[in-house]
Amino acid sequence: MRHLLILNRINRNFLNAWKNCFTILFTSIKMPKIIYVALIALALHSFPLPGHATSAQEMGLAIAVEADRRASDFTDYTADMVMILRNRDGQESRRSIRTLTLENIEDGDKSLTIFDSPRDIRGTALLTYGHKIEDDDQWLYLPALKRVKRISSSNKSGSFMGSEFAYEDLGSKEIGKYSYTFLREELLEGQNCFVIEMYPKDVKNSGYSRIVSWVDQKEYRTYRQLFYDKKKSLLKKLQIKDYRQYLGFIWRAHQLEMENIQNGKATVLILSNFKFRNGLSEKDFDKNSLKRMR
Amino acid sequence: MKTRVFFQAMLLLLLFPGQATAMELRTTLGLETRLFFQEPAYDEQKDTSGSGSLNLEIFHQFDSGSSITVEPFYRIDSSDPQRNHGDLRVCNYLYPVDRWQVVIGFDKVFWGVTEFVHLVDIINQTDTLESIDGEEKLGQPMLHLLTGIDWGTIELFMLPYFRTRASPGKKGRLRGPESIDSSHSEFESSAEQNHLDFALRYSHTLGGFDIGVAEFIGTSREPAWIEKVSGESDQSRIPYYQQISQTSIDLQYISGAWLWKVEALYRLQQERNSGATVFGLEYTIVNPWETSLEIGLVGEYVYDDRTEIQPAPYENDLMLGVRLNMNDAKTTELLLGLVLDTQNESTIITMEASRRLHDGLKLELCGALLNQIDETDPAYSLHRDSFVMLKAIFYY
Repeated sequence: MRHLLILNRINRNFLNAWKNCFTILFTSIKMPKIIYVALIALALHSFPLPGHATSAQEMGLAIAVEADRRASDFTDYTADMVMILRNRDGQESRRSIRTLTLENIEDGDKSLTIFDSPRDIRGTALLTYGHKIEDDDQWLYLPALKRVKRISSSNKSGSFMGSEFAYEDLGSKEIGKYSYTFLREELLEGQNCFVIEMYPKDVKNSGYSRIVSWVDQKEYRTYRQLFYDKKKSLLKKLQIKDYRQYLGFIWRAHQLEMENIQNGKATVLILSNFKFRNGLSEKDFDKNSLKRMR
Repeated sequence: MKTRVFFQAMLLLLLFPGQATAMELRTTLGLETRLFFQEPAYDEQKDTSGSGSLNLEIFHQFDSGSSITVEPFYRIDSSDPQRNHGDLRVCNYLYPVDRWQVVIGFDKVFWGVTEFVHLVDIINQTDTLESIDGEEKLGQPMLHLLTGIDWGTIELFMLPYFRTRASPGKKGRLRGPESIDSSHSEFESSAEQNHLDFALRYSHTLGGFDIGVAEFIGTSREPAWIEKVSGESDQSRIPYYQQISQTSIDLQYISGAWLWKVEALYRLQQERNSGATVFGLEYTIVNPWETSLEIGLVGEYVYDDRTEIQPAPYENDLMLGVRLNMNDAKTTELLLGLVLDTQNESTIITMEASRRLHDGLKLELCGALLNQIDETDPAYSLHRDSFVMLKAIFYY
């Protein structure tokens, strides 16, 4: 019975989601008609609708889809980031980073990450073309060599610039790259949360067997994640804090704390200076202009 | 003369920037010492040397989106006065319009995909005084037009001035037996260094493929040599730069942890055809043995038949490499390389390691070990020049 109640709430959100979807689909003239039809068919096939039998998988997916919908339609944004690496002895080292992201509804988002410090890696830039299902395309620009290097997708479980964040933790989290299960409802720091489990579909390259996420029921923001390694033991714990709202509907966290349970190291990301809808275009995410990025 | 006018124009632009956002200045200072293990092969050479280099990077962006970049470079060397040299690595004005990008001035352009050899990379002359691996390049004056189209990128280069390749002086290590007289270089073209070279390149990324096709018509970046005997025993060589037309392709395919690479060129030079090909493979291992290491294993094989016309560093060689990234807070990295000549016993082992001490200071240790270099091998002249180099790089 409780399951059904939750589902009803999700389904209400779905109706809104659908309205938005249709508006986007039918106001866009770029997509051929056959794609609309295919998309809708796909959506109907995979989304639970009232009256259908629901499983924990369908509910998990529905929560992820709703969280994704609420995080969409930002068009583009830029932000500054300070990354603090902390070792077991508490010694810290810092990196300052700028990020630019362009939303891409048809495929995955495009993003660019530029390092300002430490000074020996200043100008190093990571360009990511996210994809809904296939592997993301990634290029790293090395300013000392003035050369662009393609990054292997098997790298996704690797450390991002010496931090406890892996590339896959920071990349675009497209719905199609995971399967989901709803676990339970739970109170986390005074907020009612859905607890869902995510399973990476790229079993070969992902560093995780599963990720457990706490998503608040009011705004569908993720507050905590537990990452389990391939041997199914707890590897990392991520706490996401200080959510603020932009554009009247987009929530962005301003602090992410990743703690590696196995090696005792931690990385804190402090985000600031969010700016939305800056008029960024594909041109700002061109491989050819990486070397001009400042 | 042309270059001087150009510099003056650039200087004017810098002094009177008009409407502009803030100007950026980045400074890199390098201090290095090289130690050679063996007695030198030639009389005047020394066993150790100290050297310092300064690299400035001035960048200035206008509100229109156009920008100016100036990167002067200078090196002083304690043992070889010929190695005291300066260069304008970059000094250009960039103007973006819609899907076009125009660059006028000195710039560095890199083409290619392989790790050890760079066959198709032809726009810039190699700065042979900087390193023997050919990674350092001289600034090249150019007009560079780039346009992005739906199915790739097209680039046109007009290269109005040719930069000759410098050589170490008599006191310098890592050189051949004869002194090289770079100041009296000879050219096939009567326009000499003012010959206008052209290059056209198409490149595209399609899924896992990165492809580049290029045509170059102009002065060969590698010289052929003219032997000259002047007086009694003073033997010297004069670089002779020929006209070539070169068609090249570079291709990379990424699939999971594998990178497959090919670079190939076909060259017409003095009515003779020649070609060179390099095949490469790279495999990346992430987080082995429950560490956060990243290990790259690289294998490359190069076949070059241009050696009949002019010397090339590799003829028929196999290269193996290991790239180690510690993924630590200090960004510790190590690259080990092994070059094997498949026709004789010659082997070269190279090493490059680096680690940040703190923000603003990085240490580098590199070296090369030349072992059993065959007398017929192009690297024979370096057979007593195994070395280690320690370098401190300061960033401001």
